[in-house]
Amino acid sequence: MSIKNYLTLNTPLIKKQTFGFVNNFSKFTLFLNCKPCGAGEPMLSKNRVKWFCSVDVLLVFIFFLPLAAAAVQNTDAGTSTWPWWFWPLILFVFCFALGIIAVLAGVGGGVLYVPLVSGFFPFHIDFVRGAGLMVALAGALAAGPGLLRRNLASLRLALPVALIASTFSIMGAMLGLYLSKIDPNIVQVCLGATIVGIAVLIFLSKNTEKPVVNRQDAVGLALGIKGTYLDEATKEQIDWKTHRTLLGLVMFVFIGILAGMFGLGAGWANVPVLNLLLGVPLKISVATSKFLLSITDTSAAWIYMNKGCVIPLIAIPSIIGLMLGSFVGVKLLSVAKPKFIRLMVIFVLLFAGLKAIDKGLGLGVLG
Amino acid sequence: MSEQITYANLLFIGAWAGILIMLLTYLIYVTGILSPHIDVTVITQNWGKGVDEYLKITHSPQGWGWLKLLNKGDFLNFIGLVLIAVLTIICYFFLVAGYKKRKDWVYFFICILEIAVLALAASGILGAGGH
Repeated sequence: MSIKNYLTLNTPLIKKQTFGFVNNFSKFTLFLNCKPCGAGEPMLSKNRVKWFCSVDVLLVFIFFLPLAAAAVQNTDAGTSTWPWWFWPLILFVFCFALGIIAVLAGVGGGVLYVPLVSGFFPFHIDFVRGAGLMVALAGALAAGPGLLRRNLASLRLALPVALIASTFSIMGAMLGLYLSKIDPNIVQVCLGATIVGIAVLIFLSKNTEKPVVNRQDAVGLALGIKGTYLDEATKEQIDWKTHRTLLGLVMFVFIGILAGMFGLGAGWANVPVLNLLLGVPLKISVATSKFLLSITDTSAAWIYMNKGCVIPLIAIPSIIGLMLGSFVGVKLLSVAKPKFIRLMVIFVLLFAGLKAIDKGLGLGVLG
Repeated sequence: MSEQITYANLLFIGAWAGILIMLLTYLIYVTGILSPHIDVTVITQNWGKGVDEYLKITHSPQGWGWLKLLNKGDFLNFIGLVLIAVLTIICYFFLVAGYKKRKDWVYFFICILEIAVLALAASGILGAGGH
């Protein structure tokens, strides 16, 4: 049955179910997202924003993606009736929602973009990875200046790490393109397994705000990887230095390869390594990680672009959509409850990873 | 370090200039003001195929071949994309000057190596290939 016929027959039922779901879910999300308001604050308007935020996010993923998947099936069967602008427009809207979620959940857009778009849109994974790197790069370039000006992103820490990560992201990109040429399902399955691993890592990760580093190691000393920053919350000047520096630098070899191979931004790996392994304070880790992406993703993006894997019709609506969504996400950050969004994103990542594995193995269990 | 601020300022201007250019060129492309090199329906029919097959069907260039097609709506978009991709390399030159001034030779060489790595990636020697 075509999408059009399905919708024609079932529209009244879909409407009833959607409103019923939204009504029930809004009560649930109000409960989860309710924060005590200050005296005199208009509680109703804040709750409306929280409601919209949570419901919008879930609606996009639960109702929109299956629709997209059904449209893909029609496209694959050669019976697509969608005009050429349909998918770029859907992609723009999708990336806008993704940009909001990425900010609220504190994850990068790239790690959400590649598995979800490759799983639910009709683009080959080569082009999804090319676009994904451009998306992650654009986001990092937009955030970088502010972090550098406030001295939250440390050049002293970033430059040696970036050299290693960017070199190996080139190798990752070339390896990914080579494997994709042999059989794109290999990349799809590996991507799925990586995404599931990332979801577990994000769930289990317990970052430390100010790790205790008693003594800096020789490599860290030789490179002078240390710094100081002003904690805005407590107004204290925090000095920091690294330990286990060599081991941390080795980890960036693998991070670079993964980032280049799958077209992901590497923030999900950068932050735990910088914070938990090297002992860098969390704020510096997050800021330096974001800045690092602008260098790591640049090298991999060039490989994909020179290979011809960047199609403007896909890449540009993705970049613009995600950037606009990020702005909105920043505005909503003060009123939304990040923990709930983060849990939801972990769930979505798990699903996206399993979907990628399912697609790569040709099982068809997840649609 | 003043070079850090210069880096930040350059990044800010370049990133937003790139995004604005992307937006403008994309509008030029989708509205058909400049005719594309590849018809959009051909793209949509083939974007599910692997890159090698896609390039063969669409006769798309690789590497820096897009420079010859700047009069085409689709490849005009590469101006903005390339700008954001080349920005980091440009910014690194300022860091090199700063570390040289401070005689911080370790970081001077780290920056030189990084420029070499990024330039190699951008050159097309590694990425572009025959199909």
